[in-house]
Amino acid sequence: MDFPWLTVIGAVPLAGSAVIAALPKALAPRARHVALGVSLVAFVLTVVAALQFDTARAGEIQLTELHSWIGEFGVSYALGVNGIGLVMVALSTVLVPVCVLAAWNEVDEEKARLFYGLIMVLEAMMVGVFAARDLFLFYVFFEAILIPVYFLIGAFGGNEQRRRYAAVKFLSYSLTGGLIMLVGVIALYHAGPGGEQGFLIDQLTGLQFSSPAAERLMFISLFIAFAIKAPIWPVHTWLPDAAAEAPAGVAVLLVGVLDKIGTFGMLTLCLPLFPGASKWAAPTILALAVVSVLYGALLAIGQTDLKRLIAYTSISHFGFIVLGIFAMTSTGQAGSTLYMVNHGFSTAALFLVAGMLIHRRGSADIDEYGGLQRTTPVLAAGFLLAGLSSLALPGMSSFVSEFMVLTGTFIKYPAVAALATLGIVLAALYILLTYQRMFTGPVKEYSNGWKDLSTREVLVVAPLVVVILFLGVYPKPVLDVINPAISTTMQQVGVTDPEPTVAVEGENK
Amino acid sequence: MTLISAAEPGVYQAAEGTVQSGAWLLVALPALGAAILLVGGRKTDKWGHWLGVVMSWAAFVWGALLFFSLLGADAEERAIHLHLFTWIQAGTFQLDAGLLVDQLSIAFVLLVTFVGSLIHVYSVAYMEHDPDRRRFFAYLNLFVASMLLLVLADSYLLMFVGWEGVGLASYLLIGFWNHNPAYATAAKKAFIVNRVGDVGLSLAIMAMFAAFGSVSFTDVFANADSASENKLTVIGLLLLVGACGKSAQFPLQSWLGDAMAGPTPVSALIHAATMVTAGVYLVVRSGPVYIGAPDAQLVVVIVGAITLVYGAIVGCAKDDIKKALAASTMSQIGYMMLAAGLGPVGAAFAIFHLLTHGFFKAGMFLGAGSVMHGMNDSVNMRTFGRLSGVMKITWVTFGLGWLAIIGFPLLSGFWSKDKIIEAAFIGEGWRPWVFGLTAMLAAGITAFYMSRLFFMTFQGKEKRWNDDAHPHESPALMTVPMMILAIGSAFLGLALGVTNGLVHWLEPVTGAHGEEEPVLSVPVITGATLVLVAVGVALAWRMYWQASVPVTAPRGSLLTRAARHDLFQDDINEGLFMRPGQYLTRALVFVDNRGVDGAVRGLAALIGGLGGRLRLLQTGLVRSYAASMLAGVVILLGGMLAVRL
Repeated sequence: MDFPWLTVIGAVPLAGSAVIAALPKALAPRARHVALGVSLVAFVLTVVAALQFDTARAGEIQLTELHSWIGEFGVSYALGVNGIGLVMVALSTVLVPVCVLAAWNEVDEEKARLFYGLIMVLEAMMVGVFAARDLFLFYVFFEAILIPVYFLIGAFGGNEQRRRYAAVKFLSYSLTGGLIMLVGVIALYHAGPGGEQGFLIDQLTGLQFSSPAAERLMFISLFIAFAIKAPIWPVHTWLPDAAAEAPAGVAVLLVGVLDKIGTFGMLTLCLPLFPGASKWAAPTILALAVVSVLYGALLAIGQTDLKRLIAYTSISHFGFIVLGIFAMTSTGQAGSTLYMVNHGFSTAALFLVAGMLIHRRGSADIDEYGGLQRTTPVLAAGFLLAGLSSLALPGMSSFVSEFMVLTGTFIKYPAVAALATLGIVLAALYILLTYQRMFTGPVKEYSNGWKDLSTREVLVVAPLVVVILFLGVYPKPVLDVINPAISTTMQQVGVTDPEPTVAVEGENK
Repeated sequence: MTLISAAEPGVYQAAEGTVQSGAWLLVALPALGAAILLVGGRKTDKWGHWLGVVMSWAAFVWGALLFFSLLGADAEERAIHLHLFTWIQAGTFQLDAGLLVDQLSIAFVLLVTFVGSLIHVYSVAYMEHDPDRRRFFAYLNLFVASMLLLVLADSYLLMFVGWEGVGLASYLLIGFWNHNPAYATAAKKAFIVNRVGDVGLSLAIMAMFAAFGSVSFTDVFANADSASENKLTVIGLLLLVGACGKSAQFPLQSWLGDAMAGPTPVSALIHAATMVTAGVYLVVRSGPVYIGAPDAQLVVVIVGAITLVYGAIVGCAKDDIKKALAASTMSQIGYMMLAAGLGPVGAAFAIFHLLTHGFFKAGMFLGAGSVMHGMNDSVNMRTFGRLSGVMKITWVTFGLGWLAIIGFPLLSGFWSKDKIIEAAFIGEGWRPWVFGLTAMLAAGITAFYMSRLFFMTFQGKEKRWNDDAHPHESPALMTVPMMILAIGSAFLGLALGVTNGLVHWLEPVTGAHGEEEPVLSVPVITGATLVLVAVGVALAWRMYWQASVPVTAPRGSLLTRAARHDLFQDDINEGLFMRPGQYLTRALVFVDNRGVDGAVRGLAALIGGLGGRLRLLQTGLVRSYAASMLAGVVILLGGMLAVRL
């Protein structure tokens, strides 16, 4: 335990939120500057921390911190990340400054302090939830994160009636999931060694359960919470409402990062803590995942609201992520982890470009657009690039991860993979139909005098596009960090990759 | 294994020397061109098109240097592998990115960069008055880069990147004038139908990984002969699905006609000469897979045979000069596919025909563009006629293309297509008779519809021009590329065919075939084919040169009307997939809003009831949150106590 990197990465935005809250009213417009500066500091700290991280040992928990917190309840303040946690923390701290910049002119002055303050709190919570190595601490972050999100949806964004409804719906779903999970968390503590550090995830890994039924029940309680969070079919309906009503920047953090807590939890908690139950449940979950892939995509095709559409595409993408996790192959799981990162970037790009469109038009109704490729070609190109990333065009990062997920699934469940592969046709439909409706056709009157992307807007989109293209060509830096963690997970679950079915000649791999 | 090959499949030499280790420049140069033009934006408008032209020619020069470096090597050492970098590594999936320059890929490199560069030059003039000419050249460069990646990739997955890259370029260029809604629809249709094919190709790649633990050509080809026939058949059929999408083969052919919405140089380069032939490349490249899967081969041949007839029938009825040429492209690729499916007996001829077709079809499309250029962008051949007098260069160059495609003796098509017909007659049982006669008959139909097209446009009894048409010859930037392609249309077949040079060159890749004889003797086949061709031309001559052609199309027979509607391909797709899909989507949207969501709203109301009423939840946000949290904390503490007890 050297320098507490993870605590500091979380504490910086928390302190930033305090500073923003303390700003006098006259300085309220400065809140965004503070938020941008603070989130950039957190990002730089993440880069420095990542440099301390030993990639060769990425399967082990590093950057660890351990302090006793509520000893009598077995709760510790324990932080640390393996490769999976590291990329998720990095994803969070990369996207926050982008979202702050995207929201630059979208928040009323009198509400600016609240907005940016909440964003900073949210960032701190995100870092916490991905870094927690104590199950109870994880639970605390898991629940506490609802507070800033609840207010960010409910107090900002579109129509007041609808956004409040969306916020309450989000909260109801999440709290339900959280409470169900709490039962499992406590039961698991009970099954563990107990003591002052009884909630440490390391202490709870590899337990001998009294009966398979007990293990399965605990697994289910955690899984339901994560399935709601992710979300996968049929507990997904909160997401389109929440994402449609939230401001674009919040929608990005909600769908791009927060929802990943669900899939992150499945991969790093459900699997290692309940290996037997995970294998038992895998077929059912794979079925749910495939339904999500196809259902989300079909629903996306049927949407008329741009943000709801993007939300449904994400439900489809979460289906892929869950598929890769529960296919129980290292290719699939590494693919899912990479997918979490890539989806963060491509959905961010989609939501943010959508936000720029809605900001100009004042409506998210797709049918109110049309012909924009002529008026605002750069904006159109931005949308198309984000869309192509969403449909996993080869050359883009999302292709690598989607292909890994599908291949990792195929080698164990070819029929399941074949069904999920149909999603690539549907993905092309939902993106290209939308592009056609909004950007092609004759130029329409409404867009007279529209300005193409401003420098600020280019600065929001360009880094995302660069990352998407770079990781499409050279995903190795991220995969190198993920792979060792996945092989550890595979060992913990006790599964191995299937061998090639054809006897392969001597020296070939 | 019946494959008699100089080199073991999948064994390649390491790249040596500057030319070979710089092979990546082939992809990088045009990609750089595209990037500069797209990122540079309007600032590059003035000179952007010339940058595109230069990048394309630069790739050709490098390709030519590479070709000579291969030519200097022994036949067994002409497959060069260039390792680039570690691409994807996860668990058991290990894949490096690398390029494979061999006899097959270099043939494509030369075709793509040479014809592509000529079309770049042509486009400088053709697109002169388009405000987005720079963007057009950016997309053309993007296409060339992707196409070169497609043919140079050393693994199926990297090939897939190029495969989708050309699909993207095709989408962007078909929809280049997407302010016209019909063109935007055509672009989308092309991409979607190709994606259907991609499902097959993706699954094929996954199946290869499941079988061989690798998707590089080296590993797959080296181990293909140890795989069971079932596995290879499945992989072969899945690959074929991908090939059908990209090459507009039955039943995934419906997008190609609509793709003519793109500017004509695009139709020439992408939708005639190069991209659409990628499916043939895929099948020929995958020879070691197909060799062990005779059933899959048979399906390839059947698909090719159906498509070549399908395209020929449609081609007879179209009055739109570009759509008629598109139908012809479909049909000619059907020939190539058929030949590719025959295995070593036909694979080299498939590539041979692909190369000659690349020249004469690109030449004719450029000719069609020249006609449109002079006729106010009209494509309706019923309003053409006797253009030979006013557009002499276009007439002569187009004429050479026409003679080449119908297989006029000693011109290019004669060498390459007749070889395919001969190969189709090789085999046992019913197959040579069915496939051979089909291919031969279709040659007659080809002669008819191509002559129809040529006579309706350039010859005939009368001029049927619209009042505002003032046809004139195109500028030199357009006619010079047409002339060069016309020379290729005339002599490429002779140059490559008379000594069988190309076939020998390709042998290490396609496998050499033994001394199989067709079921009919070669002179009989050639003679019969020529008779059929002559009949086709004569019929067209009587109907479209000697007789006058009505400006409004007559109602026509049932078959004519069906062919005009592309044999109802769109109606079938709509009935089978589109409308059911729309109903399903609508139904699901309804259910999602009412059913799934409704059930959960009930739950929300229940939770709301705990804190008061639903109304309270919607108005008293903070209070209800507090209440919910309180409930959470109570349960939490209760739980903790339970544990402590």
